[in-house]
Amino acid sequence: MSIHTEHQTPQGREPLDVNDPRASRFDIVQEGARRDDIEIVHYEEQVVPGSKAERRLTRTVALMFLLTGLAATAFLVIYIWWPWKWEAGRGGDKLYTPLLGLTLGVALLGIGFGILTWGKKLLPKEVSIQDRHDQPGPAEDRKITGETMLYLADELGVKRRPLLGVSLVAGLLPVGAVAAAPLVGGLISNPHKNNQMFTTGFAPAEGGKKIRLVREDGRPIRPADVSAGGQLTVFPGIEHGVSNKHADSPTLLIHLREDDAQKSREANSRAGHGDYMWGNYAAFSKICTHAGCPASLYEQQTNRLLCPCHQSQFLITDNARPIFGPASRRLPQLPIEVDEEGFFVAKSDYTETIGPDFWERP
Amino acid sequence: MKRRKFDAAALPAKTAGAVDDRFQVATPLRKLLNKVFPDHWSFLLGEIALFSFVVLLMTGVFLTFFYEPAMTEVVYNGSYAPLRGTPMSAAYASSLDLSFDVRGGLIMRQMHHWAALLFMAAIVVHMMRVFFTGAFRKPRETNWIIGSLLFWVGFLAGFTGYSLPDDGLSGTGLRIASGIMLSIPVIGSWLTSSIFGGEFPGEIIISRFFIAHVLLIPGLLVALISAHLGLVFKQKHTQWPGPGRTNENVVGERMFPRYALKQGGFFMVVFGVIALMGGLFQINPIWYFGPYEAWVVSAASQPDWYVMFLDGSTRLMPAWQINIPIGDGYVIPPLFWPTVVLPGILVGLSTMYPFLEARQLKDYKHHNLLQRPRDVPARTAVGAMAVAFYIVLTLSGGNDVIADKFHISLNAMTWAGRIGLLVVPPLAYYVAYRLCLGLQQHDREVLAHGVETGIIKRLPDGRFVEVHQPLAAADHDGHGELDYVGWVVPKKMNRLGALGPAIRGFFYPIERPAEAPVSPGHPPVEPRPEREEITSGERR
Repeated sequence: MSIHTEHQTPQGREPLDVNDPRASRFDIVQEGARRDDIEIVHYEEQVVPGSKAERRLTRTVALMFLLTGLAATAFLVIYIWWPWKWEAGRGGDKLYTPLLGLTLGVALLGIGFGILTWGKKLLPKEVSIQDRHDQPGPAEDRKITGETMLYLADELGVKRRPLLGVSLVAGLLPVGAVAAAPLVGGLISNPHKNNQMFTTGFAPAEGGKKIRLVREDGRPIRPADVSAGGQLTVFPGIEHGVSNKHADSPTLLIHLREDDAQKSREANSRAGHGDYMWGNYAAFSKICTHAGCPASLYEQQTNRLLCPCHQSQFLITDNARPIFGPASRRLPQLPIEVDEEGFFVAKSDYTETIGPDFWERP
Repeated sequence: MKRRKFDAAALPAKTAGAVDDRFQVATPLRKLLNKVFPDHWSFLLGEIALFSFVVLLMTGVFLTFFYEPAMTEVVYNGSYAPLRGTPMSAAYASSLDLSFDVRGGLIMRQMHHWAALLFMAAIVVHMMRVFFTGAFRKPRETNWIIGSLLFWVGFLAGFTGYSLPDDGLSGTGLRIASGIMLSIPVIGSWLTSSIFGGEFPGEIIISRFFIAHVLLIPGLLVALISAHLGLVFKQKHTQWPGPGRTNENVVGERMFPRYALKQGGFFMVVFGVIALMGGLFQINPIWYFGPYEAWVVSAASQPDWYVMFLDGSTRLMPAWQINIPIGDGYVIPPLFWPTVVLPGILVGLSTMYPFLEARQLKDYKHHNLLQRPRDVPARTAVGAMAVAFYIVLTLSGGNDVIADKFHISLNAMTWAGRIGLLVVPPLAYYVAYRLCLGLQQHDREVLAHGVETGIIKRLPDGRFVEVHQPLAAADHDGHGELDYVGWVVPKKMNRLGALGPAIRGFFYPIERPAEAPVSPGHPPVEPRPEREEITSGERR
């Protein structure tokens, strides 16, 4: 069926009697559209029924649907029988997920393109015009609605009975606060509890016992364990000291070469940290003062420590001063010494605040 | 009593009648089936976001069956041998199990992640389409605001989502997020401590992120998306100008039969592409990152792409710290500006843009017809500026990788970003503005003089001129009388039917070139000979 009419207003036409037995189904559809202010101005078959083109398109669509069935079946077969458990090496299990994706994707694309071809190529093309009706409603209606709402306010008579308004507000405000109270009260947590923002795992234990520096596996460290120019990540030698419970404690222990150590000592004494180093060893917090990532890329030649997250760079030989990037504060230094058994210990906790800056950091 | 014979053919009609008796749906349903939608490829971008969201919901529900949102420490004992015996959080262990010990779990996880990336990408591209064509103008400002909010809520959904596996990479992201919250003046430390339940990382953040990611944020997304679609439906879609199209009508196809069918097919295609990506392209291989440990990070730790612009702004920010010397002294760290203030400004600017533009142009009319970007050079240039700003930031978010791969100094990359952020957007503004004017001018030129035919004529005095095909009958000095109507001006002879259309065929021509008229004297008048289909030749 193919129609092409001059565009005319829906009103300018005799309405169709939908019960007229002579009316075709399309006539009724067209009448329905007309009732929704839609004019179907162009409706045209894209393929001639029974033509070669139609048969070809039908075959194409059918082929796509069959491909879907095939791919979906393959998906099921692979899902059930393909070896899927992870094993070391380049086993077939590495192909499990790709094969599932391939078969599922092909199945879905088959049905998708099948439907698209069906809709786009086999269904008649049309151009319909619908009125928008997006102009503002009649001025009268606006007035009526407005007056109705004002009428509500009149009847409530808040103006005449001001006490009602005041008491309602006075009553509702606390109710609003009640709604917020459990949320705020339940979630709120004092950041300064136990002075937690200013202490780390290196704070001396009860009785002033100094905390040892340990490796990831908990073993303490002797000076000879770190060669000149080398560095090692160390943790407080306490329970859970290596875990995320003490996320602000990881520290970088650096064995500086002689001339670098000399520079560091001079910088230290300028900053009033004269006794923070032990020999040529210095320890700095590994937690970046910018956003808290571990500043862990140490460049031996230049004695720079780089944070890979935002590329702040700290010059170790100058009290770990930030020399490039967004960090604005030096990495705190841990005062260290060696105890009677020959292991590194922290003389005291850090004397500056660890990690990202915040408002009330002194 | 004799039992009546069951009539299967009458069943649908009977059921429909029974339904309408009870719910009176016939009239509203007719209106729905008849609704007219204008058609253009660029109207499908938002649909990609919608369909990705559906895939996200489906795959996401699957993932919740296996994921355990807990930070209690367990020792991994699953199939993935390299991590066996490693202490880790239950969240990370269950994410690994989901990838290795749940049949088909990995493809679901990867489809979920790819769908999320596609969701955000489609939102951004759709937003650009709406911006550059002026579809946000009155009466659609509300929907523009909802759309902008969808980007930010999607951003939160993405961030809370990729934090859940609690692997080394996402833990670093969480740490940065805590640093960002800490940087907020006055309330920073209280806010962070309240959200993390104490000092970072605490033991509760993963389960809080989980409930935000699977309930609160999706709920908000569903609500916003429903409102977004509802408004599109109520206000009817915008359309491009063209023959018969006015500000008061919608020209297109009725929802049924063809439009709905095409939408259904398109959904399956989007779904299929996500399935292909989820299966074939690895995404977020959490087993390589290991569990989160506060002291471990690797270079090239990048967040998902839509978060990278914030990473970039953070990297480019100079180390400007503000000290307030009152009492013990207070600090506003440099981290505050690029991560809290900048997004705040971006939210404000993007949501307010429709009102700013209307105010600037004193344009308070209804607009249902779209504008070509070239016809509004100032807006297009502002948009180009915004895109340039975003691209510089996003590239800077990966500047360490660029520095590494192209052997550029890292510090040079940072400086390039800092300078680029100030220089490139104004440059983009200027270039876009000039391009728009140039394109406008060419449109006017074609309307006045006609289409270039490619035929060069030598005049008796030796000059060479190109013959132009006027688009309308010319007046006495050879100029046409056509006005620009805001739609494509044909610029090639085959667009006028004066040359055969481009020969079809992707890899090789599947048809013979049509006979092109030779003489420029009477180009479009002779009917084109009917095309013959090329056959194998056996019939001859």
